[in-house]
Amino acid sequence: MGFRRRKWEERVVRVLMMASTGLVLGSLLLILGTVIIKALPAINLDMITKTPQGGYYLGKAGGILNAILGSLYLASGATLLAVLLSLPIVLFINTYTTRSKAWAVQVRFSLDVLWGVPSIVYGAFGFIVMMLLGLRASLLAGILTVSLLELPIMARAMDEVIRLVPPALVDASASLGATRLETALRVVLRQSLPGILTAMLIAFGRGIGDAASVLFTAGFTDHVPTSLSQPAATLPLAIFFQLGTPIPEVRERAYASAAVLTLIILIVSLAARALSRKLRKHIIS
Amino acid sequence: MRRALDRAAKRSMRLVSALPGILVGAILIGLFLKSRAVLSLQPLTRLLFSSAWKPLKGQFGLLAFLSGTLWVTLAAMILAVPVALLTAVYLSEFAPRFVRSLSKPFIDLLAGIPSVIFGVWGVLLVVPLVARLAPLFGAYSSGYSVLAGAIVLAIMILPTIILVSLEVFAAVSRDLRDASLALGATRWETVKHVVLRKGAQGLVAAVVLGFSRAFGETMAVLMVVGNVARVPKSPFDPAYPLPALIANNYGEMMSIPQTESALMFSALVLLLIVLIFNFGARLILTRIERRIQ
Repeated sequence: MGFRRRKWEERVVRVLMMASTGLVLGSLLLILGTVIIKALPAINLDMITKTPQGGYYLGKAGGILNAILGSLYLASGATLLAVLLSLPIVLFINTYTTRSKAWAVQVRFSLDVLWGVPSIVYGAFGFIVMMLLGLRASLLAGILTVSLLELPIMARAMDEVIRLVPPALVDASASLGATRLETALRVVLRQSLPGILTAMLIAFGRGIGDAASVLFTAGFTDHVPTSLSQPAATLPLAIFFQLGTPIPEVRERAYASAAVLTLIILIVSLAARALSRKLRKHIIS
Repeated sequence: MRRALDRAAKRSMRLVSALPGILVGAILIGLFLKSRAVLSLQPLTRLLFSSAWKPLKGQFGLLAFLSGTLWVTLAAMILAVPVALLTAVYLSEFAPRFVRSLSKPFIDLLAGIPSVIFGVWGVLLVVPLVARLAPLFGAYSSGYSVLAGAIVLAIMILPTIILVSLEVFAAVSRDLRDASLALGATRWETVKHVVLRKGAQGLVAAVVLGFSRAFGETMAVLMVVGNVARVPKSPFDPAYPLPALIANNYGEMMSIPQTESALMFSALVLLLIVLIFNFGARLILTRIERRIQ
């Protein structure tokens, strides 16, 4: 092959690659831009400080405070529950399974499998469990379902950072006479804290944005839930329902709600970044 | 005392760590138990290969929904795979360092955008675009179509494919690249003959993971795909994917007999398909990881 042709091929491929990368990053900006521009006319203080008043879904006064708070409650509860489950799992497979590696492999594989389960399937399963426990569609049922959805996301992210803890550090702790539990809590956990907090925020973001899993389980209401047994409105469903109406004012509110959700996601992911950078200072490397 | 605490912690943590495995089993068993009613009503082949979905008559054929899912997913893959792979190669092999470190957070962000936001964007931008595009191909379309679903879905799975591919490329050793460059190969030739060949298996896994992610995606697709229960014949036709069927009918779950069972069966079918693909992809990726260590 001639030298010139090789150079040409190189150049063509390079252009294609740069165009692809531009397309990927451009589509992100396009999505964010479209949602924000469309939301501007409908966004006002009432949107985020009031619950739907009478006739809200026909274009009358009110806001989506019910959905904002509902989503925050639901995702916070689910994240808390997912942490309580994820932490023991990842600490166990990283500090206790030196002798039975097969167990750790099995747990990681199960987490990978769970990671791939579509959220609508979690919704259906959550619905079955809800019926089994005699619950109605409620904040509690929603929290349980979303925590299952968040579990693999959080546990895998935590596992990745805990695996990076230098073995020498663990050995040093053991040689000082610490038990494995003490090493796990005071050395491993401490050392990987930034990554663990990031994992929690990533899972929180996933939880707050998911619609398919709460469709069957959390219900929908115009009121802010005051107990776990009450149904809870969620932002993704509020967006979905408002977009489904033919009334232009209500559709505009759907865009505004979408902007609110996007803003929450942006804040969460920025916080994750900032937090992990700030806390990284305290790590021994 | 400290020793006893350690032992107690070990035992309880082991118990919790069994949860992921148990959960996988529980989801499969739970969905299967709920599916039994509809499975005893109609043979499996009728359920999967009939396109008659008439709950009131007790007919629950899933063909239209299965083919809807398949159409949208395959079309999304055709759009997403080349773009994702080219982007991954660029970021891994060609891009200056600052471009790479600047792009990574954006791709992470794209991965974190909720599917309902993709849906809103699809309704606002993609659906009208497809409606305007259709006449150029001699077709009529309301815009709510396989193509609209595919475009939205393609963008949603880009981050999955890109991020897994980047890991695969990172696992190809530096020395191999250097050897190829030292022999006078251009950078692209090195990528083509060394990096891509070495990483081929992993790239297959990345694509399969993207596929299974797309296959189960519900909300965004549901919002732009039209939801007409017919086997689509062209990309401009509406489709009705399986996840959308489950999401749209939960209201009737309790009122029409056997509908709940049929929907749970749909969820089971969806899960099994996704799991098979995921399983394959994970096996490949674990093998690669082991080879490196």
